Amino acid sequence: MRPSTEPQPLSVGTALAPEPIIRFENVSKNWGSNHVLKSLNFEVAPGEKVSIIGPSGSGKTTILRILMTLETPSEGLVKVDGDVLWNVTPGQKVRETRQLRETRRKIGMVFQQFNLFPHMTAMENIIEAPIHVLGMKKAEARERAADLLNLVGLGKHMNHTPPQMSGGQQQRVAIARALAMRPKVLLFDEPTSALDPELIGEVLNVIRNLAHTTDMTMLMVTHEMRFAEEISDRVVMFDNGAAVESGPPAQIFKDPQQERTRTFLRAVLQH
Amino acid sequence: MIWDNNFAISVFPLLLEGLGVTVQITLLGTVLAAVLGLVFAVLRRLAIPVLSPVVSFLVVFVRGTPLLVQAYCAFFVLPAYGVSFDALTTGVVVIGINYSAYMAEVYRSGIQGVPKGQWEAATALSLPGARTWGRIILPQAIRTVVPMLGNYLIQMLKDSAVLSAITVVELMATAQAIGSSNFRYLEPLTMAALLFLAVSYPASRLVNRLERRYAPQH
Amino acid sequence: MSAVIDYAPLLWQGLLTTILVTVLSGALCVVVAFAAGLARLSRHRFLSWPAGIFIEVFRGTSLLVQMFWLFFALPFFGIQLHPVTAAVLALGLNEGAYAAEVVRGAIASRAKGQTEACIALGMEPALRLRRIIIPQSIPAMLPPFGNVMVDLLKNTSLVSLVTVADLTFSAQMIRSTTGQTTAIFLTILVVYFVLSYLLTLLTGWLERRFALDRKALAAQRKESRLMKVGAA
Ligand SMILES: Nc1ncnc2c1ncn2[C@@H]1O[C@H](COP(=O)(O)OP(=O)(O)OP(=O)(O)O)[C@@H](O)[C@H]1O
Ligand SMILES: [Mg+2]
Repeated sequence: MRPSTEPQPLSVGTALAPEPIIRFENVSKNWGSNHVLKSLNFEVAPGEKVSIIGPSGSGKTTILRILMTLETPSEGLVKVDGDVLWNVTPGQKVRETRQLRETRRKIGMVFQQFNLFPHMTAMENIIEAPIHVLGMKKAEARERAADLLNLVGLGKHMNHTPPQMSGGQQQRVAIARALAMRPKVLLFDEPTSALDPELIGEVLNVIRNLAHTTDMTMLMVTHEMRFAEEISDRVVMFDNGAAVESGPPAQIFKDPQQERTRTFLRAVLQH
Repeated sequence: MIWDNNFAISVFPLLLEGLGVTVQITLLGTVLAAVLGLVFAVLRRLAIPVLSPVVSFLVVFVRGTPLLVQAYCAFFVLPAYGVSFDALTTGVVVIGINYSAYMAEVYRSGIQGVPKGQWEAATALSLPGARTWGRIILPQAIRTVVPMLGNYLIQMLKDSAVLSAITVVELMATAQAIGSSNFRYLEPLTMAALLFLAVSYPASRLVNRLERRYAPQH
Repeated sequence: MSAVIDYAPLLWQGLLTTILVTVLSGALCVVVAFAAGLARLSRHRFLSWPAGIFIEVFRGTSLLVQMFWLFFALPFFGIQLHPVTAAVLALGLNEGAYAAEVVRGAIASRAKGQTEACIALGMEPALRLRRIIIPQSIPAMLPPFGNVMVDLLKNTSLVSLVTVADLTFSAQMIRSTTGQTTAIFLTILVVYFVLSYLLTLLTGWLERRFALDRKALAAQRKESRLMKVGAA
């Protein structure tokens, strides 16, 4: 337990539970002179479904990638489920520690471009990590993978390879693959933006089911505003590397408090 | 008549034997080059301090120097330091290392061709480094390398003639020996050339077909 | 190291011979490459077939066998070549056969679109080749040509086996008289490495000189910028 006397960082919006599962404390990320995240403070409560919206280049993907350890913050503290994922002081040379590797296992990610392994079948894609990371028996891993494939509606496609599947099918396998690791936090980075319009629905259905039936924490970057409104507990508006507004979807979409949010929503909802 | 048919027929079995050694050198050398080249390519990519730059330099150095001189070095210099093998082993090792420098480059481009997302997916699944390399990256990288491996194999078949200079008794050395002991070079050298052609031409046709089959699928 | 210093003049002589053989066979290689490469592309079978056979035979057999054949077997036809001549011929023809494929490939890939434009302009085939297709293909040819030249340079070491006194030959002589194997061979390895490096620098420089495409691209970019300014 963290002592409750710890000073609460300035944060936008309050998490539902007192003990956040994700916690960014003064996190910055620079690429040269490009300050992508500026001393960001941000929390997510366990089980919370959070959608991140905001204009292109505002740093949405960067937040997810820092959580997935695909990117190193330039400065700041990131905690996941009580464990320190990143604790970086400026100019420090960061190395991959055991602590980081263990904490990372609590997180899964669904990529915009699916990133399935093209030379492996759907089944092989899913059982690879449970067997070689979690040490699961092959038979058990296959059984669970079959369940997960049924869950995403691809029970008949277990022996197909990614090139034999449509984008929507690939993304659903990718979701099943991430779920197979039983993550506490699942990250989605624009999971439908690489899909043809007619395939978006099948992927959103799978995500909707997950949101409604699991207590997994979900953090999703999306441009699907209606969908975000429907499934999120909370929506966070990002601009310029900072959260400008955060609140329940009804408030953000119907009655945004910030001018920046209003102009952004007006622009995207026009289409 | 310039061409002596009886002589040609009488030395043909000897030449065939030489061809057998040439093929043997080529196969062993290719295996060695394929394995070492992979090791070098991975070492370079891992960016290990000191080791990776040294490997990179050695690869460039080997590519910038003649096979014949490399063979002389192994044959004359190493025994001076107590390291000596028979000529055939030396020859296979030299040509294997020589070609590994080229193979390393082929693997490097193959590895580079694997999309960044594959590494990221492996990280997101917490796959250990060895598993990421062995099951995710290399199988995709090597696919594109297969036809090049075939091209280098054919090239090595012809280059292995150079090893005759360090007393490896392969096809070229056999032809030369027949020539000098009979004072007739025309038949053995011509037949040696034709034997090289008889193996390398069909082989390169085959590789062409492989090339088409393994063409990038992305 | 003493042997290297004592025999420096001999090594120097060998180096000059290596460079001479490289330059001569390099020149022959370029001539052969264009002759065989263009003949291979010809629609006339009496040109393309012999070129094809030449390319396959010289690529399909070993360079060393070719060199020995020219040196040891040709005398049976009453032709005795000087060792340097045999060496240069073998190197030039062999590497020329490889380079012919480079020429053929570069021109074949260029020719498709450009030829139609030339026909539309009413240019004769010969003119079209000389004025348009070949000059445009040169930048694409240069990198693989550079590789062929480095190969050729390294392969000049084989001429020592037909008694041409090049760098490798000198090294072998010094080795057998002094027994100082390590110093001698390391020295010539480094010399060959420096020579190949210089050759890659030279090709890099040529690539920049002949980068027609880049020049054209830069001009295009400038033009489109101007157009944007005009529109604004
Ligand atoms: N590897 C990188 N090197 C340099 N700059 C980068 C890199 N990755 C991202 N950036 C920069 O960081 C900024 C934020 O990028 P990020 O991908 O987080 O934006 P985003 O909010 O996800 O945008 P989008 O909606 O377009 O996906 C951008 O200005 C981008 O150019
Ligand atoms: Mg993004």
